[in-house]
Amino acid sequence: MILIVTAAVNGSLPKSALELVTVARELAGGAPVAAAVVGPEAAAAQLAGYVPQVRSLQAPELEPLRAEALTTAAQQVAAELGANTVVMSANRLGQSVAPRLAVRLGAALLEDVIAVSTDGGLRAKRYSYLARVTETVEVAGGGATVVTVKPNVFPLPEAQPGGSVAPFAPTFGAQDTRVTVGERSAAAGGRVKLEEAKAVVAGGRGLGSAEAFDQLVEPLADALGAGIAATRAVVDAGWRPYAEQVGQTGKSVAPDLYLALGISGAVQHLSGMNRSKVIVAVNKDADAPIFKIVDYGIVGDVAQVAPAIAAALEESQGS
Amino acid sequence: MKIITVLKQVPDAEARIRAGSGGVELDGVTFVIDGMDEYGVEEAIRLREAGHDVEIVALALGPARYEEAIRTALALGADRAVHVETDVELDPIAQARVLAEVVRQEGADLVFVGGKQADWDSAALGPALAEVLGWPHSDWTTELKLAGGALEVRHDTDDGQESLTLPLPAVVTTQQGLNEPRYPTLPNIMKAKRKELAKRSLDELGGAQPLTRVVAQEIQTRERRGRIIEGDAASAAAELVRLLRDEAKVL
Ligand SMILES: Cc1cc2nc3c(=O)[nH]c(=O)nc-3n(C[C@H](O)[C@H](O)[C@H](O)COP(=O)(O)OP(=O)(O)OC[C@H]3O[C@@H](n4cnc5c(N)ncnc54)[C@H](O)[C@@H]3O)c2cc1C
Repeated sequence: MILIVTAAVNGSLPKSALELVTVARELAGGAPVAAAVVGPEAAAAQLAGYVPQVRSLQAPELEPLRAEALTTAAQQVAAELGANTVVMSANRLGQSVAPRLAVRLGAALLEDVIAVSTDGGLRAKRYSYLARVTETVEVAGGGATVVTVKPNVFPLPEAQPGGSVAPFAPTFGAQDTRVTVGERSAAAGGRVKLEEAKAVVAGGRGLGSAEAFDQLVEPLADALGAGIAATRAVVDAGWRPYAEQVGQTGKSVAPDLYLALGISGAVQHLSGMNRSKVIVAVNKDADAPIFKIVDYGIVGDVAQVAPAIAAALEESQGS
Repeated sequence: MKIITVLKQVPDAEARIRAGSGGVELDGVTFVIDGMDEYGVEEAIRLREAGHDVEIVALALGPARYEEAIRTALALGADRAVHVETDVELDPIAQARVLAEVVRQEGADLVFVGGKQADWDSAALGPALAEVLGWPHSDWTTELKLAGGALEVRHDTDDGQESLTLPLPAVVTTQQGLNEPRYPTLPNIMKAKRKELAKRSLDELGGAQPLTRVVAQEIQTRERRGRIIEGDAASAAAELVRLLRDEAKVL
């Protein structure tokens, strides 16, 4: 039995939860798949369109969601269903809970995987060394395993309607709620979510100032329906919020199009975007390292090239 | 109070990583203390500078070469260090079990771990260590304050930020934004040579049984077109849009 553990975001299932179904089916090889969903029953019902058995987890201890409480809940659902493999998203929540769950279950942890296979034992591919290396990791011994899945890598699954939803009430201990959650702030929304965007316009220090960033990046992002990303240099300078940082210490994205403006191409930045399908860079320095990984590059001043691209896009969409 | 800061030594980010038939080849590569771990060392020092009575112990698990990273932490301000020296490659869960044993023996109150290790690209060590110890943890921490017997932190979540209060003892994973790590000064580098660096072996700590192993490593490459578009801004931009639409088909 393969168990998916996921949580609703703002009341509904995130796309990454459906990607877990794809992975769980691959791992199951025909064996049953089940899911535990924290959040409103509607979110559990959504997943029941893909998975035969869904447990809907609602408890005051799970609101707000804390790592230890979710670990406890996941462990209990796994025990009830006799699951020996648990699949979670490698988002911050998953990366916080999965290691705990692995320790608690005495399980192996396969972290942030981009591919899985089951012939001759459970194996997964993942990145290492700041995403410069792809490694294959094998579970020794064939025992219980916890898998976290890199978002935006696996395709969405086909629907399989008719799954059932049953409530599940975990029992919690004092330690599950010993961390108290205070004020929470959501990252500024409005625009398409960076991790889910099909196109990303990213700006670096080469844009020159916070004002120039806004003036040059936003119209392009609007024209492309793109998410906005920034380098650490830009975030450190306070031009953009940390939520937009891409790289080793920020988010990891893999859109169809990544348009890098005034970005030098440091490995810590590349490790967050080098899986993008098509990479375009605009930089005034022809020797900037970013040009080593581009599909298309323009050597020039962003102040001129960025508006020109926005204009060309408008023209192409108009025709 | 006793603070343990866990260290890793990793290839310098600018180092050229090569792979042979046996996987990643690291000879000739420059190694440094993992940037993510420096924030923990720095934060521990700042707690002391803020008037808290703290002993700072640097803790590392890895081969002999790790000593250099450990000396860096001592030069930055750690009081002493424990090095569990081994050439055995352990996954993060197995490492957490070994490190937890040292943390227990030391009787530490607070442990700092880098948020994500630059060799494994793993964020598992901190939460796994907390679980083995039976402690709470805060991940991706950007602000930290000691208040009485508790820890007040702010950390990044999937959709923003959140404040947490954790009872001690606790594990905190560190990242950019928590502080600006200092550089070691020459006199402190000299002084660090005389600080205590205790060696421990895996066997003494109960051994380790990793449940995963790396069976292959290859350099990740992706074919890129590498095409530089010439011309003035307007014509280059028009050509780019044409290529994105007709050749790459991403518009
Ligand atoms: C532990 C650690 C973690 C890190 N994590 C991250 C991370 O998550 N994300 C990240 O991005 N970085 C990260 N970094 C920092 C990284 O090493 C780089 O410093 C950073 O990515 C540089 O950002 P940048 O490209 O905007 O700036 P710069 O390197 O300063 O590059 C600016 C570029 O703009 C070009 N330029 C200047 N003016 C113009 C113009 N008018 N028109 C066109 N081009 C112009 C220049 O030629 C240059 O190439 C990390 C570093 C460390 C040590």
